[in-house]
Amino acid sequence: MRNRNATAYRFLAPYLLIFSVFWVWPIISSFMISFQATRTVPWRFAPGFNWGRLIGDPAFFNALKNTLLILVIQVPVMIALAMVMAVLLNSPLLKARGLYRFAFFAPVVVGEVAYSAVFRLMFSLDFGIVNKLLNSIGLPKIDWFSNVTPAMALIMIAVTWRWAGYNAIILLAGMQSIPEDVYEAATLDRVSKLKQFFYITVPLLKPVIVFCTVLSIIGTMQLFTEPFLITERGGPGGGTETLGLLLYRQGFRSLNFGYASAVAYTMAALAIAITLVQLWLTREKQ
Amino acid sequence: MSSLSSARLRRSIALHLFLTPLALIWLFPLWMMVVFSTMPDNGIFSPGIELLPHGNFLDNFHNLQRDTDFVGAILISVSVAVTYTVLSVLLTSMAGWALARYKFFGKGVVVAIILGTITLPYAVVLIPQFIMVARDFQLANTWVALIVPPLFNSLGVLFMRQSFSMMPDDLFDAARVEGVKEWRIFLFVALPLARPMLAALAIILFLASWNNYLWPLLINSQPGSMTAPVALGTLIGLTKVSWGGIMAGAVMLTVPMLIVFVLLQRHFIAGIAAGAVK
Repeated sequence: MRNRNATAYRFLAPYLLIFSVFWVWPIISSFMISFQATRTVPWRFAPGFNWGRLIGDPAFFNALKNTLLILVIQVPVMIALAMVMAVLLNSPLLKARGLYRFAFFAPVVVGEVAYSAVFRLMFSLDFGIVNKLLNSIGLPKIDWFSNVTPAMALIMIAVTWRWAGYNAIILLAGMQSIPEDVYEAATLDRVSKLKQFFYITVPLLKPVIVFCTVLSIIGTMQLFTEPFLITERGGPGGGTETLGLLLYRQGFRSLNFGYASAVAYTMAALAIAITLVQLWLTREKQ
Repeated sequence: MSSLSSARLRRSIALHLFLTPLALIWLFPLWMMVVFSTMPDNGIFSPGIELLPHGNFLDNFHNLQRDTDFVGAILISVSVAVTYTVLSVLLTSMAGWALARYKFFGKGVVVAIILGTITLPYAVVLIPQFIMVARDFQLANTWVALIVPPLFNSLGVLFMRQSFSMMPDDLFDAARVEGVKEWRIFLFVALPLARPMLAALAIILFLASWNNYLWPLLINSQPGSMTAPVALGTLIGLTKVSWGGIMAGAVMLTVPMLIVFVLLQRHFIAGIAAGAVK
C-alpha cells in the first residue's frame, strides 16, 4: 500500500460528507440539545433543565422500566431459541432443510408495519385467531390489549417471532465455521451430543453469542414500532410504553427536542455500557 | 451397526417431531396474513375459525386504495429503495476501497470513528437529523429527505473494506504498471471481482429501505409523499377502516420480499451473517 492522500480522499469524500452531516454531527448536536431549553425562542442553554426533569419524571421511569423488563426477558429467550434453531438446522439428520430454513428465516424480510398489523389482528379479543384457538382447546380468552401483563407478553412474542431467525442465521454461520474434526474427535471419544454442545459449540461460539446478544439488546432498547402500532401508542395506559416511544412522543408530538434528546442520550449511555461489557466478555485472554 | 442406524433413525424422528410444530408456528403469522388478505371484513370479524384463503383479495385491495393511495405509496417506496440502494452501494464501496487499499493521513481516525460509533442507537441522531432536514434545509416531504440521510449507514463501508482487503495486491499492481488510473482500477477490476459481496450488500440495503418506518414516518408525513409502510401504518388503529385492505397491503409489502428471499437466499444470508464479521 502506497501513501496516496489525494486519491484516497477522492474515494472517501462523498461518503464522509454524508457520514459527518447525518451521523457524526447529530451525535454531538443531540448531546448539546439535551442541555438546552428548546421550548423557548431562541433556545437557551440550561444544563439542568431536561436532565433535571428526566430524573423526576415518572413517565421516563415507567418507559425505562418497561424497556428493561422487555430486555431482560425477551432477549435471553430469543437468543436461546435462536440457538436451538441454529443447532437443529445444522443437524445432518434433518431432511427438507430448505423448508425449515424458510420457516425460521422468512420473518427477517417482513416489515415492522406489516407484521404489527397481522399480530394486532391475530391477538384481538373476540375475533383474534389466537383467542379462538385458545377457546377451542378449552382455555379462557386473554385480553391482550387491555391488561399490562398480556400486552407486554404480546410485544415480546412479536419481537421474538420477528428476530429469532435473524439471530439463528448469524449463529448458524458461526457454527459452520467450527471445524468438523473437533466433533469427530469428540464422537470417537464417546462424548454425547449434548455434552458436545455445551463443551464445544457454546465455548467456541461465545463471541458470536455475545455479539447477537448485544445487537439484540441495542435493537430492543430502541423498540418503537411494535408498542406504537400493536399495543397502540404504548397502551394500555402507558403499560407498554418504551424509551423509543417516549422519545417519539416528546420529540415529535410535543416538539420538545431538548427533553427528547436527553431520553435519546440515556439510550446511548445504556448502549455504551453494554458495548463495554461485550468488549470485556470477549477480550483476548493471554 | 443396525443398532447404530436405528438410534440415528430415532434421533432423526425426534428432531423432526420437535422442529415441525415450531416451523408451523413460525409460518403461522405469514399464512394468516395471506388468509386475512383474501377474506371480506365481516369474515375477519366473525366467530368462526378460518384457516384457508378465500377469494376477496381484489375487493380488499380496492378498499385499501379507497382508504389511502397505496399504489402511489408503493411507487414512492420502490423508487426510493432502488435509488438508495444504488447510491449507498456506490458510496460505501468507494469508501471501503479507500480504507482497504490506500495508506493515507487520518485513516486511523476515520476507522476509529466508524467502529466507535457503530453500536450507538439510531435514536440518538433522530432529533438533530429531523431538525436539520425539516427546518434548516426545508426538505420535509421530499424524495431527498427519504433517500439522503439514511446513506450514513456504515455497514457497507466495513463490509466492502473487508471484501477489498482480501483481494491479492498483484491484481491491481499489474494494472498500475500499465498506467491504468486508480478510479478505472476500482470500477473495472475491483468492483466486478466483488460482485457477490455487492449483491449481498445491495439486498440488505434494499430491504432496509423498503421496510424503513420511523424516519419516513417523521419526515414524510404528508399524503402523497408517504412511503408504503407509513401509508399502511396510518390506517392501523383507525375505526372505520378495512382490515382486509390493511392485510392486502401487508401482503403486497411482504410477498415480493419473500420471493426475493427464496430466489437469492445465499446472498441474503451472506449479507446478514456479514453483520457479524466486524
